[in-house]
Amino acid sequence: MKLSFQEILLPLHGMNLELDLCLEGNVTGIFGPTGAGKTSLIEIIAGLRKPSQGKIFLNDTILSDASEKVFLPARSRRVGYVPQDFALFPHKTVKENIHYGVKPGTPRISPETVCEILEISALLDRKPDTLSGGERQRVAFARALASDPTILLFDEPLSNLDYTLKQRIIPYLLRIRDEFKIPILYVTHSSEEVMALCDEAVILKAGKVILQGKPRDLFVKSDIPYYLPRNSFIPQEQDPASPTRPS
Amino acid sequence: MLRLSSGDWWTVGFSLWTAALATLLILPFGIAGGWLFARKNWPGKSFAETILTLPLVLPPVATGLILLQLLGRRGTLGRFIHDTLGTEIIFTWKAVVLAMAVMAFPLMLRGVRMAFESVNPRFEQVASTLGASDLRIFFTITLPLSFRGVIGGTVLGFARALGEFGATILVAGNIPHRTTTLSISIYNAIQLGHDNHAYKLLIVAGLLSFCALGISEYFTRRNAQ
Repeated sequence: MKLSFQEILLPLHGMNLELDLCLEGNVTGIFGPTGAGKTSLIEIIAGLRKPSQGKIFLNDTILSDASEKVFLPARSRRVGYVPQDFALFPHKTVKENIHYGVKPGTPRISPETVCEILEISALLDRKPDTLSGGERQRVAFARALASDPTILLFDEPLSNLDYTLKQRIIPYLLRIRDEFKIPILYVTHSSEEVMALCDEAVILKAGKVILQGKPRDLFVKSDIPYYLPRNSFIPQEQDPASPTRPS
Repeated sequence: MLRLSSGDWWTVGFSLWTAALATLLILPFGIAGGWLFARKNWPGKSFAETILTLPLVLPPVATGLILLQLLGRRGTLGRFIHDTLGTEIIFTWKAVVLAMAVMAFPLMLRGVRMAFESVNPRFEQVASTLGASDLRIFFTITLPLSFRGVIGGTVLGFARALGEFGATILVAGNIPHRTTTLSISIYNAIQLGHDNHAYKLLIVAGLLSFCALGISEYFTRRNAQ
């Protein structure tokens, strides 16, 4: 699967974004400081924001072409979008939230399987306001997965969680990656999350791609400060003893 | 004590059902308009908003005059209705309902619009990424989450319709047991020097308005929580 951006102008930035992403069942991190344009980029991919210029392709499908006035609406894009605040529908139960995007017929990904993998089967009758932060997070992942997406878009999904909760959620994210094999675009401003989860990473700054490649190569080669605490949640096999650089 | 004559009870009942009918008549337009103003950007939006809000600030008699010109036998709309449906609007209960509807619409629109605006658009955005159409999002996300505010706006519109006087007297006249509303009855009583009668009707009007506003406030506050 290939996602291409040609001359996309991100809001608030005067730069043209050129980017090709090869997404094959892996996790691609979009990393950058606040205001780099990460959320704008993911909202443009999801179809929630219309770029004023440029083109976006997903394989051969045009998602958006400003010059031809082509814009595929969000409902037709089959993306599983998890925003920063999870946005669980507060008036619906967990089960109703998860089933909201399930297509009629036999779904490729069954909501029951998703609930089992994310360990939320016991929460189905509860309303979102009775859930803990970590439970809400997993329900948001489950809702996105159950809609049978071709790509998952996670917008800083761990930013509202404390460190202990992050440590508990990371294995679920790895499980989503390994079980469902759906390409994931993962927006974050945490180098630690990029190193823990991502196979590829793109570093954005002021609406422009400044580096793209393997996370470790990027952080070691670039002068972008990164920080990995001693009790980092990065699994050991992904983090061979290499020196950490303080921010 | 508050003892009302059968004529007064008729007036109260007539005012209540015409106000209710006017509210029901404008409800679908209020909901559609509230959503369009709250959620969509379209050319002429500001102009349309100004026109639709005009009856809120225009003297009610002036609005009544415009309605009279439109709905009278020689008016564009009045002639069309007469020729196609064979019915008269002016000086009938239909004119009362129309005048109430026009005067109540801006308040209802405002209340409903605010109710829709209070819903976090992120919920609707996520629903669209889950494959839902605009219509499904409206009925499963937007409306349930703003329901109390919509009720509040609707009851506020009903209260405005109930208190309507200026436009109604111009297009529906003051015909006892045909077009006389509670407000017009108070006016009649004052004109005839029946002050006690006027005060009784005032208490009834006050109670009805108080209840309607209380209900509206209750639902609007619950929606905001």
